Amino acid sequence: MRPVDAIAFALMSLGSNRVRTLLMLLAMSIGVAAVVLLTGIGNGARLYIVDQFSSLGTNLVIVIPGRAETASNTPATLVGETPRDLTLSDARALVRDDTVRRIAPLNIGEMNIAWRGKERQVPLLGSTASLLEVHHLKIERGSFLPEEDMEIARPVCVIGAKVYRELFGQQNALGELVRLGGFRCRVIGILGSEGRSLGLDTEELVVVPVAFAQMLLNTEGLFRILIEARDLDVIDRLKAHVKTTIAKRHYGEEDVTIITQDSVLATFDKILRVLTLTVAGIAGISLVVAGILIMNVMLMAVAQRTAEIGLIKALGAGQVQIMALIVTEALLLSAIGGLIGLSLGFAGSWLAVQFYPTLQTTPPPWAIAAALGTALATGFVFSLLPARRAARLDPIQALARH
Amino acid sequence: MIELREVSRIFTVGGQEVRAMDRISLTIEPGEYLSIMGPSGSGKSTLLNTLGLLDTPNSGTYLLQGQDVTSLDDRQLAATRSRTIGFIFQFFHLIPRLTAQQNIELPLLLAGVGRRERSERSTPLIEAFGLADRRHHRPDELSGGQRQRVAIARAVINQPAVLLADEPTGNLDRHSGGEIIELMERLNRDGLTLVVVTHDPEIGERARRHVRVVDGRIASDTRRG
Repeated sequence: MRPVDAIAFALMSLGSNRVRTLLMLLAMSIGVAAVVLLTGIGNGARLYIVDQFSSLGTNLVIVIPGRAETASNTPATLVGETPRDLTLSDARALVRDDTVRRIAPLNIGEMNIAWRGKERQVPLLGSTASLLEVHHLKIERGSFLPEEDMEIARPVCVIGAKVYRELFGQQNALGELVRLGGFRCRVIGILGSEGRSLGLDTEELVVVPVAFAQMLLNTEGLFRILIEARDLDVIDRLKAHVKTTIAKRHYGEEDVTIITQDSVLATFDKILRVLTLTVAGIAGISLVVAGILIMNVMLMAVAQRTAEIGLIKALGAGQVQIMALIVTEALLLSAIGGLIGLSLGFAGSWLAVQFYPTLQTTPPPWAIAAALGTALATGFVFSLLPARRAARLDPIQALARH
Repeated sequence: MIELREVSRIFTVGGQEVRAMDRISLTIEPGEYLSIMGPSGSGKSTLLNTLGLLDTPNSGTYLLQGQDVTSLDDRQLAATRSRTIGFIFQFFHLIPRLTAQQNIELPLLLAGVGRRERSERSTPLIEAFGLADRRHHRPDELSGGQRQRVAIARAVINQPAVLLADEPTGNLDRHSGGEIIELMERLNRDGLTLVVVTHDPEIGERARRHVRVVDGRIASDTRRG
């Protein structure tokens, strides 16, 4: 039998029982659509997060106190302590290298801010003027922290747009004195409302000079130091510079962890890829369910067409040929169902983009191939049993039935 | 052309052995017109199925065109059936979703013959069998006689050596039954070996050779004229 004729024959059998065919197509296409859509969303989430990281600047080097590898077994790590703080003097020492463009030491804490009886708890960020550039912040009104020595604890603050609204309403805030913890502090600027990066909502933030923050939070240690390299090529030199400088200052111990934006990106990328795969795998289960449905329905079809199969045998078809006919039917179903599922999946991801434009839910090419491949494979595997049953039918008994 | 030697077929039904064919020997020459008659359960259908290679005997030898076919595997059996044997059934067994022409061409389709050649070979048959205006109709749009004519065309399209008919008129009225028998006899006059299994003495008597089967054995084998 020629392949063209086999396909035409299978198409005719599919056409002769529309309800059965439609049900199987539905199951198959839902499975494929689920794989395509879910991987698309997973991939979109990955691209979104990677993009967010990239906007921070990939030539960023982050220095965190404590060394992950060496400190992992000490009791200090268990209670969340690090052997030695990273201090402002460390940060100052790090500035002195030609690979460094700008440096922003960071301190983070919670603080009460109050103005004329209105009070509110806010996340406090201590840093320097460089943070504006390093973190791509925007100033709505007034100015950011002054360019001056990072050791000067000038009592000024830049407040987020939401903090401004809640404390001042429509009134002028610039030049006003607010109470931060136990200290009075002058508002010199208001942050723009856009710019929400990495979970830090700039609308609710209060930014003060780093030395002032250390005073408010009563700490010597820094949360971390952000260093922007002059360009991407010098990042390795910059890392070496950080290592030797810190070692020199910390009595020969390299007790800091250096994270480059690249490695953070790579890690997130990896995590999200695995997540996407997991989701795709879960969707894949629906394909297997569709396969089992195909098997059931094909078994029914074989039972219904017993006489026809017997006849085809009497007319000179061998067992292999009968099997090929049944498998062709299942493969056609899977292929058509798969293509419908692909279009459904793409339509779904298109809809998702319409509702949530920041999420670019384009299914990756491998997902398309995998979904179609799985659809065909399940169609093939699950049609083997019905095909075998058909091939083994006794033509005499099959023809005797009427 | 067909030679059965001491062929037996034993079924086990409910723990009891049933000898559907008990050491049957039968020789059929090319071009013969033979009827097999006998009561229900006498084994005449088993005999026909064995002749048609649908059933394999438990013992004995079956020579078809000089070749021992008892030891062929499934694929070889299918190929031999396709080349040498044409079947006609009481219930026609046409595929309902195919047109008359497609039903007729089915054996060629299964044998891998291309579309054009299929049509070239089916068209003369369709015309000779008076089905020209029915070729694109489906079985449920045809009368019983027309359906059986389609079935006969399907049986002979591969130019088989022998035509095996199992109660070919059993599901037809008298008039169409007569037409069908005449059509088959015409094919027989053109050289096709014809074996008809029937209950109906009137049909059976028309054959030139009568084989009577009782209890799995050949009770009588007579030639007319």
